[in-house]
Amino acid sequence: MAIPLFSPKNPVSLAGRIRVLRDDFPVLREQIHGKPLVYFDNAATTQKPRPVIRVMSEYFEKQNANVHRGVHFLSELSTTLYEEARKTVADFLHASSPAEIIFTRGTTESINLIAQVLGQSLIQPGDEIILSELEHHSNIVPWQLLCERTGAQLRVIPILENGDLDYEAGMRLFGPKTRILALAHVSNALGTVNPLTSWIRRAHECGALVLIDGAQAIPHLPVDVADLDCDFYVFSGHKLYGPTGIGVLYGKSSWLERLPPWQGGGDMITSVTFQKTLYAAPPQRFEAGTPPIAQAIGIAEAIRYLKSVGYTDIQDQENRVADHALRRLREIPRIRLIGEPRERAAIVSFVLEGIHPHDVGTVLDQQGVAVRAGHHCAMPLMEHYRVPATVRASFAFYNTENEVDIMIEALEKAVELFGR
Amino acid sequence: MNSLLSLYQDIILDHNRSPRNFGSLKHATHEAQGFNPLCGDKVHVYVEVEGNRIREIAFEGSGCAISTASSSLMTESLKGKTLDEALSFFESLRHFLTQPPDTPPPAGLDLGKLAALGGVRQYPTRVKCATLGWHTLQAALKPSGLPVTTEHDSHA
Repeated sequence: MAIPLFSPKNPVSLAGRIRVLRDDFPVLREQIHGKPLVYFDNAATTQKPRPVIRVMSEYFEKQNANVHRGVHFLSELSTTLYEEARKTVADFLHASSPAEIIFTRGTTESINLIAQVLGQSLIQPGDEIILSELEHHSNIVPWQLLCERTGAQLRVIPILENGDLDYEAGMRLFGPKTRILALAHVSNALGTVNPLTSWIRRAHECGALVLIDGAQAIPHLPVDVADLDCDFYVFSGHKLYGPTGIGVLYGKSSWLERLPPWQGGGDMITSVTFQKTLYAAPPQRFEAGTPPIAQAIGIAEAIRYLKSVGYTDIQDQENRVADHALRRLREIPRIRLIGEPRERAAIVSFVLEGIHPHDVGTVLDQQGVAVRAGHHCAMPLMEHYRVPATVRASFAFYNTENEVDIMIEALEKAVELFGR
Repeated sequence: MNSLLSLYQDIILDHNRSPRNFGSLKHATHEAQGFNPLCGDKVHVYVEVEGNRIREIAFEGSGCAISTASSSLMTESLKGKTLDEALSFFESLRHFLTQPPDTPPPAGLDLGKLAALGGVRQYPTRVKCATLGWHTLQAALKPSGLPVTTEHDSHA
């Protein structure tokens, strides 16, 4: 039986397909300090494929107008494109309707929106909000602000040494006071994939709401919000091969309909008088002002692109690259891997003994290798591992094992430079 | 590799490996903490001032090679200096570090071993590493009550 050309069972054909797909990303042909760019900072932001760049320039060149207001041709066209983008996102997440999709500026704004409106409507002094030690600052600070405003309290699910959530200890935190569980789907610093189902079920048993921070999950794994049964799911366009300046807040319509607006302005009302303003239904209620129209068109195109690549090949390639990186990193004598989670999504964090991550980052940069060196906006997690920072290599499907070898050579240079 | 060698000169690696005056000072009259939000570097600078002079100076914390070496070199170079001398020396050093890479130090300024920090001029994001300890010293000597960060140091 013939093996299909692009079957994941056929590693040679996958490598061939990746070579072709890399051509979709113009920036990957750039030289940095005279060396070919090796872009391993995908958890910070991904590169943009040509189709995304093209639809956005086309929008500005041929279609630009404001949405939801004009009767003229371009305004109607822009409105259609914008609302089609919302539908594309809804289908992608398996939401039950486009009204469950709110466009925001990014993951951070999505979380802040929810923290704000829940604070106005639902949270009382003494209520408890559960999050985890793995969280990005953007899934910590908005909840702390909410606690300051309302007198609620934060409870933190600890992690095990390997970077997985401590299931036993975490489950004990839930009780009658639990109002919200805010949890990362995938850790941005360690790559841990959290087993969401049991946590979401436990939160719901307590009558709590669940927000999942999917910023680092959505580029790597298929997400089905109906299946997860979370109340809110948030992510950013730019980590998904789309533009910056746009994020998504999925919310169950039963919740969105009950929540008050967070910003006031145009587009979020049905009628305004100086006595009383009536608010629009979701999603408009949460989208005051002119929305990021071009970015919405861009994120929808990014989703179409991602679907055309397919999560099967994305995961096969990313796992190959990450496994190769882990294998090669372990060969370096002074390496310490930070976090060895049971399930990992294309992110590898490490430190080189005796060399600060910031210095490692500079040496790698000189070889054209872009990594993140720092605390990854996860200072409580760095505290847990008693390191000030780590080097993080985060992969996308367009990365290759050969690029990993270039990073390893650069790391060996760093060891040599600092060992002299 | 060449620009890396000019960034990580032997003297920098030496002060990184064995930082001088590392630790706290029992009789510190001035102290402050500094923080580089970009990378999480932290430094605590202690100064014992007698009259108008720096009698003892020490630092502790965690940081990259550039930030550690710069703080270490700072403690070596400022011991015995008057407060005015110390602060105006920092101004000159900061000016030197934010100039384009080939600019020579201004006439009359003897940077001594600190000239080794000149390699950061090719790495604008690393200038902040080189000035963290100094900003912290400045905060210790002229407290403003605000936490110290290095967010304003880079090429114009």
